[in-house]
Amino acid sequence: MKRYKKAETNAVDGISFQVKAGEFFVLLGPNGAGKTTTISILTTTLSPTSGGATIDGSDIVREASAVRRKVGIIFQRPSLDQNLTAEENVRFHAVLYGIFPYAPTYALMARGYRAKVEELAKLLGIARDIHKPVKTFSGGMRRKLEIMRSLLHDPKVLFLDEPTAGLDVPTRRTLWEHLSEVRRTSGTTVFLTTHYLEEAEEADRICIIDKGKVVSFGTPDDIKRDLVEEYVLVDATDRSALRDELTRLGHATSGGAPFKVQLDGHTVHSILRSIETPLSVVKTHTPTLEDAYLEIVSKTSE
Amino acid sequence: MSEASAILALAHRDFIKLLRDRQRMVADFAFPLIFIGILGTSLQAGFGSQAGGLNLLDYVFTGVLAQTVWQSSALGLISLLADREQDFSQEIFVSPISRYSIILGKILGESLVALPQALGIIAFGFILQIHMGPDQLVRMALAMLVIALFGGAFGVIVLANLSSQRAANQIFPFVMLPQFFLAGIFNPIQHLPLPLDILSHLAPMRYAVDLLRDAFYGSSSGVVLSSATTNLAIIGTLFVVFMVVGTFLFVRAERNR
Repeated sequence: MKRYKKAETNAVDGISFQVKAGEFFVLLGPNGAGKTTTISILTTTLSPTSGGATIDGSDIVREASAVRRKVGIIFQRPSLDQNLTAEENVRFHAVLYGIFPYAPTYALMARGYRAKVEELAKLLGIARDIHKPVKTFSGGMRRKLEIMRSLLHDPKVLFLDEPTAGLDVPTRRTLWEHLSEVRRTSGTTVFLTTHYLEEAEEADRICIIDKGKVVSFGTPDDIKRDLVEEYVLVDATDRSALRDELTRLGHATSGGAPFKVQLDGHTVHSILRSIETPLSVVKTHTPTLEDAYLEIVSKTSE
Repeated sequence: MSEASAILALAHRDFIKLLRDRQRMVADFAFPLIFIGILGTSLQAGFGSQAGGLNLLDYVFTGVLAQTVWQSSALGLISLLADREQDFSQEIFVSPISRYSIILGKILGESLVALPQALGIIAFGFILQIHMGPDQLVRMALAMLVIALFGGAFGVIVLANLSSQRAANQIFPFVMLPQFFLAGIFNPIQHLPLPLDILSHLAPMRYAVDLLRDAFYGSSSGVVLSSATTNLAIIGTLFVVFMVVGTFLFVRAERNR
């Protein structure tokens, strides 16, 4: 739980969840839901007002230093030093994490460091620009550089706080491809916050929060199934025959024609096959995650 | 080992930043040169004959030299606040190194930034024909190193009680300007009325200025207020207190927002 000073309500209010190792986990919620606060607490930059958490067995309050060593983080707002070159930013990180001893120039840094920088820069497609000042980088390149930097110390968990906010669609897509590539090669647990739904569709599990509380938790399919009804709309020229038949088959219908038949675990195919009345209209309704999300968020904001 | 390496990296980063910021380098030189070149020269020309053998240009020169190094280093620490506003400090503060190492690296870095400024002022002193022998210069260099570190620690304690760069810009003149006079950069402070004398003893800058004058004039000159040993003991104690209390307060303010 976290209540900011001078705030009247809790920014994060009794949320609780588990993330499995190697998982792609998404924390989803509208603006102001408490996503960044949650990440700040988990990465030890904020102290919780009460409650606690452990990351890979280390307590975020009592063993903050151990936690910091195990996590990598991409902040919502870029955290690169504009006065330095890309490589200097990376070098700075490597030294702060105690991976390589410090040397004042790239050429003097350890061979292992240079190999790693080259490898990661290639993976993220910024090998050509690695010695240029960060000032000259575009928003997308800066994000890539931050991802590259955060992977340098082989974090157990990589936290990304709305990493694609403010990027255009092509940049977002390539960044995403790079990130899945990274996930495949390193097996790092990825903890993402976002309000872009298409980024959550591929998650292993999603936790939806709003106003500091957990609203829904599960796989994308679970969330869709639990929260939005799936149904098939049918209609026929002979409406009364259809209504009688649907009632006989035990399908709950609601309202008038066209009739809404809840799937309740059946497949659309099996329902249609059981109906003998000639149908004039068949419409299936399978919600997207976006529908589910809007549903959830609109419910809590009432 | 890795802590030492991290401290070096932090310090080097500040130094790189200075080298790439030409505007700041010029601005940093302007004030001391005005104080010494105009105020120091005119005081000596006007009142020098009545000062009982004390060269007022020398007096202002040594005062401004100590003040510049001390203040530059203290102000530099405030850049941690600017880093926070640009969100670069997030990167530093999620890293596993000790918070004390972060502050120590920062102090070291800002000392590295303050010392080239001192070189410029000393070069200006030679132009004004202020006499400094080699042994004097060595003593002054050592004193300035101590002063720079001390100024940095003072910056930490100020920083720990501020929330933003804007607050810092508003508060800093009130913290610094009185010390200019309480530490006797331009004015004599040997014979102060009791209330001012108490305030003068409370102003940390006093000990920095006195230490440098000791290095320049020597302890038997009558200009120096306390012995180098006393000054060093006071500076050492204040350094540790500022550093430990300041870091503690700063980190607490960062995490409990």
